[in-house]
Amino acid sequence: MKDWQYRLAEHRGTLTALSIFVVMFIIYTANHPAGFTANVVQTAANKGVLLALVAMAQTMVVITAGIDLSVGMIFLLTNCLASWLVVGSPLETAVGVVIVLAVGALCGAINGAIVIYGRLQPIVATIATGAVYFGIALLLRPFPGGSVNEVLADALTGRIFSVVPASLVVLAAVIALIWVPFSRSVYGRAAYAAGSSETAAYMSGMPIRRGKLLAYALSGLVAGIGGLFLTFFTYTGDAALASGNAYTLFSIAAVVLGGVSLFGGKGSAIGAVFGALAFRTIGDLLFVFDFDPLWQPLFQGLILLAAVSLGALALFRVRNRLESFQ
Amino acid sequence: MTQTTGRKTRFIRSLDPAVLTAFGCILLLLVLGSFYSRSFLSPEYLLQQLKVASFLGVIATGMMLVILLGQIDLSVPWTVATGAMMACAAAAYGPLGTTLAIPFGILCGIAIGLVNGVGVAYLRIPSMIVTLATNAVAQGVMVVYTGGFSPQDSATTAMRYLATGALIPGIPNVVFIWALIGAAMVFILRRTGFGRAVYGIGNRERAAYLSGINTRRIVMIAFAASGGLSAFGGVLLAGYASKAAQSMGDAYLLPAIAAVVLGGTSILGGRGTYLGTVAGVILITLLQSILSVTQMPEAGRQITYGGVIIFMLLLYGRAPPSR
Amino acid sequence: MESGAPLFRMEGISKRYGGVRALENAELSVRAGAIHAVLGENGAGKSTLIKIMAGVVAPDDGRMTLDGKPVEFASPAAANAAGIVSVFQELSLIPELSVADNIIISNPPTRFGMIDRRAQRRLAEEALARAGAEDIHPLALVKDLPLSRKQIVEIAKALARKPRILILDEATSALTAADVSKVFAVLKRLRAEGLALLYISHRMNEIAELADDCTVFRNGSKVASYAAGTRSDTEVIQMMIGREYHSVYPPKPDQPLQAESVLQAQSLSWADRLHDISFSLHAGEIVGLGGLDGQGQRDLLLALFGVLRGLRGRVLVDGRPVRIASPAQARQLGIGMALIPEDRKTEGLMLPMTVRENLSLASLDRLTRAGVIDSAKEDDIIDRVMTLLAIKAGNIDAPVAALSGGNQQKVVIAKWLMRQPRILLLNDPTRGIDVGTKQEIYQLLRRLADEGAAILYYSTDYAELIGCCDRVLVLYDGTVKRELIGADITEHALIASALNIHPAVPTHQEPAQ
Repeated sequence: MKDWQYRLAEHRGTLTALSIFVVMFIIYTANHPAGFTANVVQTAANKGVLLALVAMAQTMVVITAGIDLSVGMIFLLTNCLASWLVVGSPLETAVGVVIVLAVGALCGAINGAIVIYGRLQPIVATIATGAVYFGIALLLRPFPGGSVNEVLADALTGRIFSVVPASLVVLAAVIALIWVPFSRSVYGRAAYAAGSSETAAYMSGMPIRRGKLLAYALSGLVAGIGGLFLTFFTYTGDAALASGNAYTLFSIAAVVLGGVSLFGGKGSAIGAVFGALAFRTIGDLLFVFDFDPLWQPLFQGLILLAAVSLGALALFRVRNRLESFQ
Repeated sequence: MTQTTGRKTRFIRSLDPAVLTAFGCILLLLVLGSFYSRSFLSPEYLLQQLKVASFLGVIATGMMLVILLGQIDLSVPWTVATGAMMACAAAAYGPLGTTLAIPFGILCGIAIGLVNGVGVAYLRIPSMIVTLATNAVAQGVMVVYTGGFSPQDSATTAMRYLATGALIPGIPNVVFIWALIGAAMVFILRRTGFGRAVYGIGNRERAAYLSGINTRRIVMIAFAASGGLSAFGGVLLAGYASKAAQSMGDAYLLPAIAAVVLGGTSILGGRGTYLGTVAGVILITLLQSILSVTQMPEAGRQITYGGVIIFMLLLYGRAPPSR
Repeated sequence: MESGAPLFRMEGISKRYGGVRALENAELSVRAGAIHAVLGENGAGKSTLIKIMAGVVAPDDGRMTLDGKPVEFASPAAANAAGIVSVFQELSLIPELSVADNIIISNPPTRFGMIDRRAQRRLAEEALARAGAEDIHPLALVKDLPLSRKQIVEIAKALARKPRILILDEATSALTAADVSKVFAVLKRLRAEGLALLYISHRMNEIAELADDCTVFRNGSKVASYAAGTRSDTEVIQMMIGREYHSVYPPKPDQPLQAESVLQAQSLSWADRLHDISFSLHAGEIVGLGGLDGQGQRDLLLALFGVLRGLRGRVLVDGRPVRIASPAQARQLGIGMALIPEDRKTEGLMLPMTVRENLSLASLDRLTRAGVIDSAKEDDIIDRVMTLLAIKAGNIDAPVAALSGGNQQKVVIAKWLMRQPRILLLNDPTRGIDVGTKQEIYQLLRRLADEGAAILYYSTDYAELIGCCDRVLVLYDGTVKRELIGADITEHALIASALNIHPAVPTHQEPAQ
């Protein structure tokens, strides 16, 4: 095999998610009354970016063979916090943004510390911390409300040179400044290694704990960026339980669509981003084909079910039945 | 090795530290509660708590079976809702519908459970994903069915009787139902081949398969049972509230998992007793009750709820150290 | 005993796991520029000793010195930093990462805080070249490599850490003959470069070829250290097992039984692992599977037991063709097959469950009436097999994990004997257990055969095949290369046919009887 074949194999999950998304998006724009215009792209981008960020956050935990069921709640908490803090003069706004992001990272780090040092199973631990984060969000915003620096909000949700959606640029920046450095750092590799085989990683003397902790903290940070963006879109903070739960669930769906292995150690946040964008496009497709919006949850569910079942087809190539048991 | 000593050691083993701690926490909550209000230790209050706990208990029983296998069932919310809505819907179809309402609701839950089981046992999809997907599908079906509004059908008399009546004065029927289901579960886990197989698969599925156990069948049955019990929980809840509601199941997923895990069942499977789950269910119910009688705002309740669960898990739910 | 001051010394090292003593006052000293072989039965404490050396486990007691200065290792990383690097028996590679990632795992070159992939690749290629494995692509994922290649990557990974002391724990057990000679060349070069090498192997011929110094361990303590070549193999083996080697095996029946064939395989093929395998197995005989490790023996046993999908060829039981698609079908009444799996910890037992639960697990269908366990019947049958195998368990309602390794293995066997199988498949059942239990297992197998069971027995230990089997099928590359019967089963014949050399050429002198 040549180098490029290995590289292709390495990125197969991401490329599959990318092509699914591209195909769906082409179908969508081709059938959209307005066609492929900057406006249509901007609307789609703004809808997709939120889930993309949350899915990216989820990926960072999933590669360590964990799962973060509190990610939607961190998203809500930072949204509610931003609706208090990200206002006023540019300096106040900047300080607010920094605090919001720091709180997101802190939430992630708390999850990580409980899982790593407290030795609790991620699924149970994050269910419980999720309740705490939601409680704090509710404390901040018992009722929807608040405001945000609208100049900043409009700038980041609008278009650059009236063509490129700013939210996509921010998403690309998050990938370039957080995901890429992390995944290529020693700690990122330790996080992958811990997810793939924790004992082997330990025997190899890798910094597993710090790698995992960093993964959880960055996950919280990225979820916090998502929360901030939610505030920029809605201009309000809203501790809506259903919305938080939906984002958690959809983030897992996006991660799976994006080719990230839930058993850990494999996959890329970039794949999850395309998984998220593809998942969002499902809803848009139903819209352009004039489906009753009532059918949307059912279609999303069925597509998710079909996607994960397709992933299972590889199983039928397993010739030794023992290999199908973990 | 005589049989009696065998039984005795088995009994002692079932009283593992986690279960004892859970019961200790229950006592502690009761004592704390009694400082707040004297009525906390009154039989009426305790019976009321037991009644509230029973709904969770029925749902947590199915969850426990699945967790013992090392899997999880995240489709509980909409399985509960589906069971409730379908039972109420059946009631609208004349006397036959009324008679079959309860079995029909449970059957819908079993159907969802079977889809989960096929996904986990045959397609080997991680249970977290497949149950999430079936939850979304069940939600989708229900949203389409109800048109997005709260369903108008109401619960049958039988459902109401099961949930709110009392065959023996003073003891609510639903407590009886939980006791019956619990007793059956204890019997199944301890005395049947199915129970042994469940623990075996939860510990080491590969070894169970190589022992000639039909692991797929066991997994299918467990998920079907979980679905059926969730739906039955939904039927009872609908009977309690006289009708079904869209998001009635949402409040039961996390407490069901928390109850099972706080009762000492390993989330990785293969270890845990039903007595522990009973303790976990009562513990969660009491905690919720205390948080609500203290009239703390919802936010504070959520924070305390999550914090206490983490605290208790750190107390005894930890994995062994690696080195 | 050796010339020059020791580079590394361990003295008075003790380690217990729970109540089990793994090491008791053990000692070892290693010098630079030499290969030091550590010998001992499985369970003699070799693995624990090197795990302590490599910082994987902490000793309860004792001291270690490096260059005469006392040292302590809190983690494998600390031991690596001191120059002690281990190639572990259990692979320490990360399956989802590439070969290059794995080789440079502990200390990758970085630029601006990120791993410099180009530099990493160069280093990985160097390390692979040093390990004599230029053919492995640095970008390949470790999980896609065959076992022998993984082992080579493991060695390259150790070399990339620039060790002063390199520990190889059964590092060649998974290698093909060609790879072994490559690795040996590498090891000799490293010795010439002044490294201290610690070499643990069960293959006497390898030790004879490589070692300068030898140390023998038994029951967690050092028995003797000596310069290589000063003791005969027989002496060494006696030191290892602590008693005469002969009486271990039960006598074989003089006249081979001419009974009905119980199990027949006709041109079994599977994937690229098994090719056209045919044989028959008669009641009352023990047939061995020989050959180098990994020539399809395990796959053959799994194939017969219904685990492999897409098996071609026919399997006949009592002359009737059968389709076995799962272990559940293989154990059914008309077939009565049982498989003692390779790894008792992951395939044979549920360690946290009780002895009772483990024993009953394979016969739940027989112990239940309408799904309910018949306790009286269960107790009866458990009593019977516990006596039959002389399982020492204080309490059958205690976790099986509390038993010793030998008794655990007996539980795995007993679990299947509860069904009284007619066809018994065994996959290396004596690995990692003490000599006493091994001996009991040999006797048990013979007794079962005498009672009419047909036994197919895979062992990685040639001496066992010679001592136990009436016939041996030698596998090579997924086919039966040779069938040895009765007195023809000798060390020479086994090795020659295992290496696919014809006619039989005496290669190594290894005492068996």
